[in-house]
Amino acid sequence: MEVTLIINGDHFGFSAEPDEVLLDTLRKLGFKSVKRGCDTTSCGMCHIIVDGQLVPSCSYLTVRANRKKIVTVEGVQEKVRAIAEFMTAEGVEQCGYCSPGHMMSLIALFEENPKPTIDEVKHYLAGNMCRCSGFEGQHRAIAAYLEVEQS
Amino acid sequence: MSVNKSIPKVDGMGLVLGKPAYTDDFAPRDALIVKVLRSPHAHAEITSIDTSKALMIPEIKCVLTHLNVPDVIFSRAGQGYPEPSPYDAKILDKTVRYMGDAVAVVAGTSEHMVDLAMSQIKVKYEVKDAIIDFETALDHETLIHANENTFSMFPIGHDAKRNLAASYEMMIGDVPKTLESCDVVHRATYYTQAQSHAMAEPHNVTAYYDVQDRLTIMSSTQTPFHVRRIIARNLGVDLSKVRVIKPRIGGGFGGKQAIHGEFYVALVTKITGKPAKMIYTRKEVFESTYTRHAMRIDLTVGAMKDGTIKALDMEVLSNTGAYGEHALTVLMVTGAKNLPLYNHVESVGFKGNVVYTNTTPAGAFRGYGAIQGNFALESIIDELAAKLEMDPVEIRTMNMIKEGETSEIFEVMGEGKEGMAMMIESCKLDQCIENVMKSIQWKEKYPMRVMPDGKIRGVGMALAMQGSGIPGIDMASAIIKLNDDGFFSLVVGATDIGTGSDTILAQMAAETLNVPVDQIIVYSSDTDLTPFDTGAYASSTTYVSGHSVRIAAENMVEVILDKARRFFGTEDVSYDGKTVRAGSQEMTLKAFSTVLYYSEQQEQLVSSGSFVGEKAPPPYMAGACEVEIDPRTGRIEVLEYHASVDCGTVVNPNLARIQVEGALLQGIGMTLYEEAIYRNNGRLYNNSFLTYKVPTRMDVGPMHINFVDSFEPSGPFGAKSVGEIGIDTPPAAIANAVYNATGMRIRKLPIRSEDLWEMMNKKQTLI
Ligand code: FES
Ligand code: FES
Repeated sequence: MEVTLIINGDHFGFSAEPDEVLLDTLRKLGFKSVKRGCDTTSCGMCHIIVDGQLVPSCSYLTVRANRKKIVTVEGVQEKVRAIAEFMTAEGVEQCGYCSPGHMMSLIALFEENPKPTIDEVKHYLAGNMCRCSGFEGQHRAIAAYLEVEQS
Repeated sequence: MSVNKSIPKVDGMGLVLGKPAYTDDFAPRDALIVKVLRSPHAHAEITSIDTSKALMIPEIKCVLTHLNVPDVIFSRAGQGYPEPSPYDAKILDKTVRYMGDAVAVVAGTSEHMVDLAMSQIKVKYEVKDAIIDFETALDHETLIHANENTFSMFPIGHDAKRNLAASYEMMIGDVPKTLESCDVVHRATYYTQAQSHAMAEPHNVTAYYDVQDRLTIMSSTQTPFHVRRIIARNLGVDLSKVRVIKPRIGGGFGGKQAIHGEFYVALVTKITGKPAKMIYTRKEVFESTYTRHAMRIDLTVGAMKDGTIKALDMEVLSNTGAYGEHALTVLMVTGAKNLPLYNHVESVGFKGNVVYTNTTPAGAFRGYGAIQGNFALESIIDELAAKLEMDPVEIRTMNMIKEGETSEIFEVMGEGKEGMAMMIESCKLDQCIENVMKSIQWKEKYPMRVMPDGKIRGVGMALAMQGSGIPGIDMASAIIKLNDDGFFSLVVGATDIGTGSDTILAQMAAETLNVPVDQIIVYSSDTDLTPFDTGAYASSTTYVSGHSVRIAAENMVEVILDKARRFFGTEDVSYDGKTVRAGSQEMTLKAFSTVLYYSEQQEQLVSSGSFVGEKAPPPYMAGACEVEIDPRTGRIEVLEYHASVDCGTVVNPNLARIQVEGALLQGIGMTLYEEAIYRNNGRLYNNSFLTYKVPTRMDVGPMHINFVDSFEPSGPFGAKSVGEIGIDTPPAAIANAVYNATGMRIRKLPIRSEDLWEMMNKKQTLI
């Protein structure tokens, strides 16, 4: 099927398989920030934003995204960098494989709720798995980011 | 000063920004898709396999079965060579030994067609009896490795005719005699489960022939040099024709310390000449890679009325699953990295068998036996305290190892063979205990309190030790080169698997060279370019690789001074990181290096360093937690976890802290939630993130980590390891806390709420 995707502001036209998912499409097109961690939509490592909505790209059909606006970490480098400064200051990106999906969730959260409490952050990010860090460092980093942002 | 500073990871920002960094990010676009057809039976013989229909599909370029791959036998374990693991695995075998074992490999240009081809392969199996319960495996009438000639490189107690992958036994002193002289003897049996690594990035590998026609394998491996050795030898290719590159890895925890997909992909490329790649599905990661060795541990402690521990005797039965990778070494660590904690004993014994079963192979996993043994040992210390009506902390402090002491176990038990005698030069366990007691408010909280809502809280503690590399076996090396403009390249074989080793090694080089860390450019883990390193395992990187970097950097200072002497024609030279001085002359390092490479007395300055440990100084730790139990449901919640760690000098406090926090949560996961559960037919029940419960951010309570002031004289800059120790204490600390809260002693992991409820209501013990 012919599909046009608007990825990070650029138009990509190509033909997609009917059962192709955005995760595979995006990686094929070179957006390597999008990672696969599971086969059951349970890890959050593939998170992207489609028309303003946070979605797991591993279970979003590419054809369904026709003409939609897609945002990956590649498209929001400066926003990500601002948060990442706090992550790297804590050293919470260990293997870093979960980080891009984690960043997309945070960016989506801050769009919806610019002043979340740490509890709200935890709830929103509950689906973002991390096997390395133990999470506490992530929460310290996010709290530090929010404090600076909100002051 | 660069050491003992929380410098951000050299690759951290790039990873968060999503830069291509991991194996699959670099896979050639035209790589053949490789998939593995896996066994639906736990134990069967392939009587016929027909691939003709699959091969008729034009997109399919290669199908491999046991009939057309090299018939070689080896160990997939990425360990020092000769390996202390049995040679019992083949690339593809006529016998399949667990559900998920490899049957055939299919490679093609389209994923759909590969899937179709897999469905077209007709396999006939003669199904055999399977052994799932590891307690029945030894001398079972069914033999799991009966057909082929398994062997070991040196005696490891391997006996395939008894389903025995490895076994070991030692005794120091006379345990039965000592026990007779004890006032109390306490025996108990503990069970630990198979845990899945669940690292974020599924195993994956890409292979291609480079422009010099060399087989290049890019892999998510913890041990690139071992991969090169095992692959090249068994494919009959010269080592010089194989290059293994490890890009960034999405976590390993031991699960990538073995050959997994490398043989399949390398063979496809070798046969077709085309690039190929394989990405494990999550299901495959769960079913067909590794788990932690499940164990039954029988432990006996003998003590006097005053609490003096006189004898310890540990007997282990370990389940290695279908193949015996890491069987002997994990077994030995179970004793060797626990029993020396209480070194004042008169006698100590350890023995164990590692048996084959028809389940997912067990392999290396952070803690590597130490966590299993710790659960038993640190539980029984509390049980002994209860029996003697003593304070468990007091019993520990009375009997535990101290600075300036040793344990004969260090000399008797190594990893796979004898160990090396070692004097403990740094051990701040007393301080660790004091710290956690203070921070958790032990005195106020011990042993338990009932909350107004009827919930019960209890506190528990455990001590732990680990090692720092494998002495006398594992080597690491580093090369440093001075570049024009005065910055350095640090080239190391060490394998950063997310641990931050590239960063801490750069810190060590920067410290010795007296330059800022950003003047050190690190390149690691590429068998063509980087010097040898055994890899990321056994908590070796900081200590072993760290030393090699320190030596290389010290040598670089010498090389610079030597060049300065010749350049300026004087013996009176010095270097301070910025400037090279010679008599009354001076030149910045920037200018000096530029002149050296472009205009005068031209010469490249390079240094190297390599290191093998003579000892493996243990890091130590005390862990304490408070749990809350709802007596109505048995629900157990870890309210807070406190840890105080002695890892010598902390090279990078931030990275060390996250290591400990992450390890603690994996340990808490193992204690409360995680278990690879096999049905009677050998099917892994929980093979996805939906069914296998790794702790999420909703499960974690506050963790308070502190590092005691400590300096290990034998360590680089005083450092010991920190990667594994954090995982060891949660099982026993939580079990002890549950006991203190409820009076129920749980000796089986995971500690399940329903079991606790049952025990509380029926007042029965579990085992
Ligand atoms: S890959 Fe795991 S949720 Fe999408
Ligand atoms: S940093 Fe490795 S999974 Fe999060």
